[in-house]
Amino acid sequence: MTDPILEVRDLHVRFPVRRNLLGRTTVENHAVSGVDLALAPGETMALVGESGCGKTTLGSTIVGAQRATSGEVVYDGLSLTAMSERRRAPYRRQIRMVFQDPFSSLNPRFTLRQIIGDPLIATGEARGSELEDRIAEMMRRVGLSPDYMDRYPHAFSGGQRQRVNIARALIVNPRLVVADEPVSALDVSVRAQILNLLRELQAELGLTYLFISHDLSVVENLADRVAVMYFGRIVELADTASLYERPRHPYTEALMSAVPIPDPALKGRGGRILLPDELPDPADPPPGCAFARRCRHAEAGRCDTGEIPLERDAAADPLTGRAVRCVRRDELDLQGIAVTPS
Amino acid sequence: MSLEEAEGTAGMTPNPADLRRTRASQRTLVWWAFKKHRLALVSAWLLAGMLVVIALCEFVAPFDDRHRDSEYTTAPPQVLKLWDTDGPDGFRFGLHVDGYTSTQDPRSLRITYEPNPEDRVDVGLFVKGEEYRLFGLIPMDRHLIGPEDPGDPMYLFGTTTDGQDLLSQLVYATRVSASVGIIGVMLAFLLGIVLGAVSGYFGGWIDNTVQRLIELIMAVPSIPLWLGLAAALPAQMGPVARYFIITTILALVAWTGLAREVRGRFLALRSEEFVTSARLDGSSHARIMFRHMLPSFSSHVIAALSLSIPGMILAETALSWLGMGLRPPAVSWGVQLQDASKWSVLSGAPWLLIPGACVVLVVLAFNFVGDGLRDAADPYRH
Repeated sequence: MTDPILEVRDLHVRFPVRRNLLGRTTVENHAVSGVDLALAPGETMALVGESGCGKTTLGSTIVGAQRATSGEVVYDGLSLTAMSERRRAPYRRQIRMVFQDPFSSLNPRFTLRQIIGDPLIATGEARGSELEDRIAEMMRRVGLSPDYMDRYPHAFSGGQRQRVNIARALIVNPRLVVADEPVSALDVSVRAQILNLLRELQAELGLTYLFISHDLSVVENLADRVAVMYFGRIVELADTASLYERPRHPYTEALMSAVPIPDPALKGRGGRILLPDELPDPADPPPGCAFARRCRHAEAGRCDTGEIPLERDAAADPLTGRAVRCVRRDELDLQGIAVTPS
Repeated sequence: MSLEEAEGTAGMTPNPADLRRTRASQRTLVWWAFKKHRLALVSAWLLAGMLVVIALCEFVAPFDDRHRDSEYTTAPPQVLKLWDTDGPDGFRFGLHVDGYTSTQDPRSLRITYEPNPEDRVDVGLFVKGEEYRLFGLIPMDRHLIGPEDPGDPMYLFGTTTDGQDLLSQLVYATRVSASVGIIGVMLAFLLGIVLGAVSGYFGGWIDNTVQRLIELIMAVPSIPLWLGLAAALPAQMGPVARYFIITTILALVAWTGLAREVRGRFLALRSEEFVTSARLDGSSHARIMFRHMLPSFSSHVIAALSLSIPGMILAETALSWLGMGLRPPAVSWGVQLQDASKWSVLSGAPWLLIPGACVVLVVLAFNFVGDGLRDAADPYRH
């Protein structure tokens, strides 16, 4: 087994909601509570979950846009969270982020040259013709003509803007890219192009991806492994094929049931699972399984008490093996969506 | 994906007008929109003219600001004539004004002046007059307009109660009053932008401190505050020092509104993804604030700037009129209007209100330009 490029160890991120008169936090939201993850070099891990489950917070904590409350983000064996801002600066160039919103993530007053070149300009890494060459080279790589260099973002479509975003992320030659729902704001027809581009760039540049998405159908073709997140915790972690074939957490099953299946022969086998109720209050997490209140397999007395751990399969590789956070993981026979020839 | 395909997804029409638009910077877009606002455009030209007058004030004014003619006090404005028909040799072409005849009221002893068509005062362009240094450097003695004979009376806007040429005084006063407005606003904006930006960008205790300071300044009524600060100035202070201190005082009171506006913008922009991405790109805080964030509303700042110059000009005028701002021998619109503050004087010499009209005109012009810029900068219109 190779050493992981990135490890997240027992990461917690909490946001203060209310403070008392003395300025001490009295109520806080738990956005991420105790996440453990490891990414192998060159792989694509998808992080899926519904909105508000903490996946974006986790992503921005990894790139350093957000401070961890406790726990560690370890890159190449070095703990980034323990570093000062100054010492961390060079590692920011190795872990880059592609943002979700292709509109708000590009400064409307900057030309593409300024946007894509900004990481180089800000630190003085390149200037003059070298800067120009690197920007042009990067633009070509992401499928944009360097002729567009002096245009403003308002002249571009969502898909093209997302190419600009990717170019800006990659211009400093990172090794790891956290892509925060890079295609969810795009038309379905453009999605495939951007996903293909990401895949090509990964092959060319040997990138590792943490691909955040709420849409399992996007993930299926891109990811090697999938981490399912619910209420700030990883509830299931598995390689893509086995997860799609047989989910082992009821929440994963519910997500799967929402994926549209084009084949009418397979349709209707499982049926759509509609989740009742809302997410629990993140300021006041319930005991036991956070999903219990919405879970159709929940059993009173087992699911709503104590702390339920994320358990790995005994025989599995500790880095890549399957793990499930459910007390009934071995009892349930849940419905996947993998297309199996019948 | 190949380049051709990427071009295809662009969906860009080859229409040259569209192409022009996609390549236009924000500044160009704002200018295109501004041009459509007729009143603002006219006002902008007026203000441009005013700036030329300010720069060339010694040349434009027929006399210098210390010129005083005790023979003609409170003389009425003259009409500039191009030809005259009742001269000794009939029709004669040539720029001139009528001289004055004076009559003294036997009871009140007040001297009144009447234009006298018999007494022709020849007026010329680029005539020799009092010597001055243009821009404080180039020695010159030519004036844009003036009497051919420097001793002759030519008072197009009349004279003051001291016998000074109102037009010349007005030209010099424009320099002082408008520059107090412009320089004061610049100072106020420097303060307002920096403090507002820092306050909105960092938030937390910095924001709290700045906001409480703003509230404190805003809570004090501005006229007593100006008066108090101005009254603290030593009376023997020179006109130049007084000018700068008055400007600074006005700026110290005026920055708060803008600081609030800038703070609001920064608060709103802070959560935009492009700001986060600038931070991840390795930009320093100062670079993020002033290079990434400020330009996205710089046109609003410029609009706010031109909208707040009138306030500053009015403040200086009010302060000087009350006798707490600039004082003679310095001339500003407020100082000039002091002359017009007595009804007994004003009833006989309404032309003394001309500086007031000038204030109104300039204030309106700045407001129109500011409105035009604000509308032009509105991103929802393009």
